[in-house]
Amino acid sequence: MNIIVCIKRVPMTQEVDLEIDANGRGVKTDALAYVINDWDNYCIEEAVRLQESLGGSVTAITIGGEDDEEVLRRALAMGADRAVRIEPGTRELDGFVISKILAKAIQGMACDLVLTGVQADDDNNGSVGILLAEQLGLSHAAVVTGVEPAGATATVRVELEGGMDEVSTIRLPSLLTIQTGINEPRYVSIMGIRKAGKKELTVIPLSDMGLSEDDLTPRTRIEEVFLPPETEGAEMIEGDAASVASELIRIIKEKGVNL
Amino acid sequence: MGDIFVVAEHRKGKLREITFEMLYKARELCRSSSHRLTALLLAGKGTGFADELSSWADRVLVFEDDRLENFSSDMYKEILYRVIREDQPFLTLIGHTSWGMDLAPALSVKTGLPLATDCVGIQADDGRPIVTRQIYSGKLFSRVSFKQATGYLVTIRSGAFIPPNDAEKGHGEVIRRDVPSDLSDPRRTFVEFVDTGAGEIDITQADLLVSVGRGIGEEENIATIRDLADKMGGTLSCSRPVVDKNWLPKFHQVGTSGKSVRPKVYLALGISGAFQHVAGIAGAGTVIAVNKDRKAPIFRVADYGVVDDLFKVAEALKQQLTGG
Repeated sequence: MNIIVCIKRVPMTQEVDLEIDANGRGVKTDALAYVINDWDNYCIEEAVRLQESLGGSVTAITIGGEDDEEVLRRALAMGADRAVRIEPGTRELDGFVISKILAKAIQGMACDLVLTGVQADDDNNGSVGILLAEQLGLSHAAVVTGVEPAGATATVRVELEGGMDEVSTIRLPSLLTIQTGINEPRYVSIMGIRKAGKKELTVIPLSDMGLSEDDLTPRTRIEEVFLPPETEGAEMIEGDAASVASELIRIIKEKGVNL
Repeated sequence: MGDIFVVAEHRKGKLREITFEMLYKARELCRSSSHRLTALLLAGKGTGFADELSSWADRVLVFEDDRLENFSSDMYKEILYRVIREDQPFLTLIGHTSWGMDLAPALSVKTGLPLATDCVGIQADDGRPIVTRQIYSGKLFSRVSFKQATGYLVTIRSGAFIPPNDAEKGHGEVIRRDVPSDLSDPRRTFVEFVDTGAGEIDITQADLLVSVGRGIGEEENIATIRDLADKMGGTLSCSRPVVDKNWLPKFHQVGTSGKSVRPKVYLALGISGAFQHVAGIAGAGTVIAVNKDRKAPIFRVADYGVVDDLFKVAEALKQQLTGG
């Protein structure tokens, strides 16, 4: 089973105060730490597990600068066989353009499965995977929490809302967008990443790919980024832990809970 | 001006809430412009959904076929592609649900129409629509415009536009259309639904939920909070990351993919407040959030907030409950 995983490096934004950049259309990124997109980590793990049980190869692809190779090296350390970075230069990309670039890169590769994360933690679009599926003419399923290939088909489990999953059979080759929690991604050591340095990592400049100007024209544009509108918000309880605790106990009792 | 299309979503013989939320928003957009509101129903035969939808829309286009009893991205895409090509709607709304996420991007490529996903606001006064979305897990908002096109596709976040109980009702026309006879067989076939929320405790029945999120840090720390929940006479629940890591079984999970809860008090410890989680606590009486991150979105929806280490607060609560 030959599998392609499309992955992305994203800024870590938990417990970080994001600042809007000078042109008002993005955030200041210089002070941010970067990690692999959480969904993509599960995605690599799923691909590697399938390859371990069924054979074949895993190719990881990202679109980004040299710093973004970090996620490719991580994928290689987890068990991917080769990696491809597409260098976009300074172009502005939206989900549509990204899917066009990925489609062009994947077109010539033999594959049974393409895996992407459900969404990325930065732009939260959740659209690239299925855009890509349609560009490639592949069958697809979104928000997948289980996949078991069997010959020319696979059984997939999709997470719906309200504590409900949907099981279906899908014809391969197929594109699946992978949901967090589908597996337990393996631990990656610094040593492992260093060792994976020997594996093949190809860099392709976007300008060499032969995409048309129309393919590279974004369909949507962020006009403005802004802080969430002020709400009344929570009444903040200040003080040391003991006084906070006694105030919380008072409030909880007042709301009719017996402690 | 053209139509605003709303693609109805239904599951197991019921129209889903997102359908009415989209219809409500679409009606508001129609009121400030001269658009016509059209609901699109793709369903099995004899559902009665068309009548229900007709009180919300100017017209309901109905495509009935046994193969449409359950959602099929391939079938929906083919049928919607054709009706969009014929009717040229100005705007097409689809739920940003698991199914909508499987359909809308494919439809966007097939029709060549631009797509914006997971929108919480739409303006469509003149010409191209402008949408509002959340980015960086709700820490920032963005205003997004489209490249000029003959129509636009937008997916709508669940809970973004809740219709009031007295939402204005009308009586739209129900128009049945034939399902194209030349549709190829879908590449994916439905097998079954599986209930993943059942388990040994029912968090929906609790008066007090003591809930943990990513801030719990390590699996070993779950025991500390379980102990706190016991001492408070409450029930332990959690947000998605805790279930993803297999630290608690799924029946503890609060949120859109888990359970919606309505306790008297919801104590959120180390939960950042992603919208999928917040949607699950809309029915809670009082929400108290403890989080180290002052900017965590949970503080925007909580009634009371504490910016502190959750373990310090948990320890102090335990001491006062046992020592006092």
